[in-house]
Amino acid sequence: MADGTETPIAELRAATKRYGAVVAARSLDLSIRRGEFLSFLGPSGCGKTTALRMLAGFEVPTEGEILLDGQRVNDLPPHRRPVNMVFQHYALFPHLSVADNIAYGLRQRRPRPPAAEVDSAVAKALETVRLPGFGPRRIWEMSGGQQQRVALARAIINEPKLLLLDEPMAALDKKLRHDMQIELQTLQRTLGITFILVTHDQEEALSMSDRICIMRDGQIVQVGSPRDLYDRPKNRYVADFVGKSNFFEGTVRAVEGGSARLDCAGGIRVVGRPSEGVATGQAAIASLRPEQISLTRGEDGIPVTVVNRIFLGEHTEYLVRNPDLGQFLVLSSRQAEAGEGNFEPGETGRARWRDGAALILKND
Amino acid sequence: MRTYAIAVYLFLYIPIGVIAIFSFNAGRHAAQFQGFSTQWYGKALSNPFVMEALQTSATVATVSAALATVAGTLAALALQGVTGRPRIIFDALIYVAVMVPGIVIGISTLIALVTLFDFLNPVLSALWPLAGAAPKLNLGTGTLIAAHGLFAMALVVIIVRARVSGMDRSLIEASADLGATPWGTFRQVTLPQIAPAILAGFLLSFTFSFDDFIIAFFVAGSETTLPIYVFSSIRRGVTPEINAIGTMVLAASLVVLIAAQAILQRGRRRET
Ligand SMILES: Nc1ncnc2c1ncn2[C@@H]1O[C@H](COP(=O)(O)OP(=O)(O)O)[C@@H](O)[C@H]1O
Ligand SMILES: [Mg+2]
Repeated sequence: MADGTETPIAELRAATKRYGAVVAARSLDLSIRRGEFLSFLGPSGCGKTTALRMLAGFEVPTEGEILLDGQRVNDLPPHRRPVNMVFQHYALFPHLSVADNIAYGLRQRRPRPPAAEVDSAVAKALETVRLPGFGPRRIWEMSGGQQQRVALARAIINEPKLLLLDEPMAALDKKLRHDMQIELQTLQRTLGITFILVTHDQEEALSMSDRICIMRDGQIVQVGSPRDLYDRPKNRYVADFVGKSNFFEGTVRAVEGGSARLDCAGGIRVVGRPSEGVATGQAAIASLRPEQISLTRGEDGIPVTVVNRIFLGEHTEYLVRNPDLGQFLVLSSRQAEAGEGNFEPGETGRARWRDGAALILKND
Repeated sequence: MRTYAIAVYLFLYIPIGVIAIFSFNAGRHAAQFQGFSTQWYGKALSNPFVMEALQTSATVATVSAALATVAGTLAALALQGVTGRPRIIFDALIYVAVMVPGIVIGISTLIALVTLFDFLNPVLSALWPLAGAAPKLNLGTGTLIAAHGLFAMALVVIIVRARVSGMDRSLIEASADLGATPWGTFRQVTLPQIAPAILAGFLLSFTFSFDDFIIAFFVAGSETTLPIYVFSSIRRGVTPEINAIGTMVLAASLVVLIAAQAILQRGRRRET
């Protein structure tokens, strides 16, 4: 019944958290859909953890409301919320074995489930996180990646309504992190549990989430699917956070019919789709993705000098410099390379983009 | 520098070594070694005065250490919730309590107890509802336990506090997150985490009480603890029997202290 009228699994309503003079979260409004994978994305200190901790019940909002399944839970302590968390440093109990860590949640239930039931649930959870037979091990005998799986198993065994993950991959090395991302995503699909992930890693958020909630200074800037955010960022901050982009500052000269013209330094003109609130006469920026710019030896476009070249397999990334716009990135596909040939550092050429390819954004 | 260090260690340990060696002396004079024998250990252990003093010491040490451990642990846990200025004051008071010289504690405890008893005893006998004389509060085992327990409580607070504040707070949150009630979290997470410190606190309190002479001397009343017995018999001359008692007390204390240290170390290693 995905008709949009079902109650959200969780909701933040004007949730504000203050620590003395510090406002860690400012009037957050967000509803979380049943079964989705949502990420909070933003730089360190922007309030992601605070939002998560309000959902888990470790922090009580100073103002506003937290709802789980349509019920206000502001005053419900963490141990009574049907929500589980995977902590940043896992927070596994060092005095318990792997199996006892995982069984912990089930053993808190009253009436206590029978031991045989707990054992089989633990074995199943260990299977799920691909650690079969690791039950009797001690926590400190496990590697970082394995500890993370244990933390995951310890949370999902309780079949929570919401699984909260606070930068769970931050301590893993790059390769392991990538494997784990895929695994988490698969797990979320198979279990059907709603996942909320906190991360400052845009690639992680983009690759895993159904929706991303971008935060800055304790506030939500924009919420949307990765594609929405990539194609229709609300402002420079979002465009900068989601994927790579070039930003050219200028003044808006005209806005009409879903198109705006920006005049940049040196009389360079960029035409593109304006975001909400962009008006004639204002200072604004044009956002152009590196792949929207091409490098040619023709006569069209603005003159540039190649500063640096990075070969990325299917693509080549050029760092180029224009006397008026400064340095920016151009991503050139293999096909384009075949047509135009390679550019060597130091070589000059022209950079071109389609009219309308750019986004004209408010500069904030 | 090195010779200096060696000299210091010799100075510290030669007297103790001499006592241990002479406790195995076959002769009855402390001054010259006349062959190896363990007879003095047998004598000491069959001396009823020694055994009685030992029993008093053991009782006082066990009870005062147990009380100090319970009260000290609870205090250390409660102090977790205290922050800012009050915290600094409480911390300072605990450290001061450990650093006050034994003689000062002895005298002040004695004065406090005597004053208290002088006030309470008449009240007690006036209010005594039964026939016969009211019991009289006096110096003895009870006051020994009270004085040792108070001092040892400060030790326990310091040891347990170090462990409690070194504990990862997220473990407690994880436990709550998994559905454990506050009491469940205390029992299943906090207590196992701080157990080594509690045990070490108990052992240290026990040895402190068992070895203490100064405070005991003031508040023991007519009771005789082992250190007090040793002190009073030395006035009649140092015999190999005294050496044997000293050596046994030393050995027992060392074992307990090493055990306490090992427990603390092990707890610390498992943490990481
Ligand atoms: N317990 C606290 N006391 C005081 N300030 C806090 C506390 N927790 C978080 N903050 C502050 O709130 C802001 C947001 O923190 P946090 O939610 O942890 O950010 P993030 O997870 O995005 O890095 C930061 O400025 C942080 O210093
Ligand atoms: Mg954080």
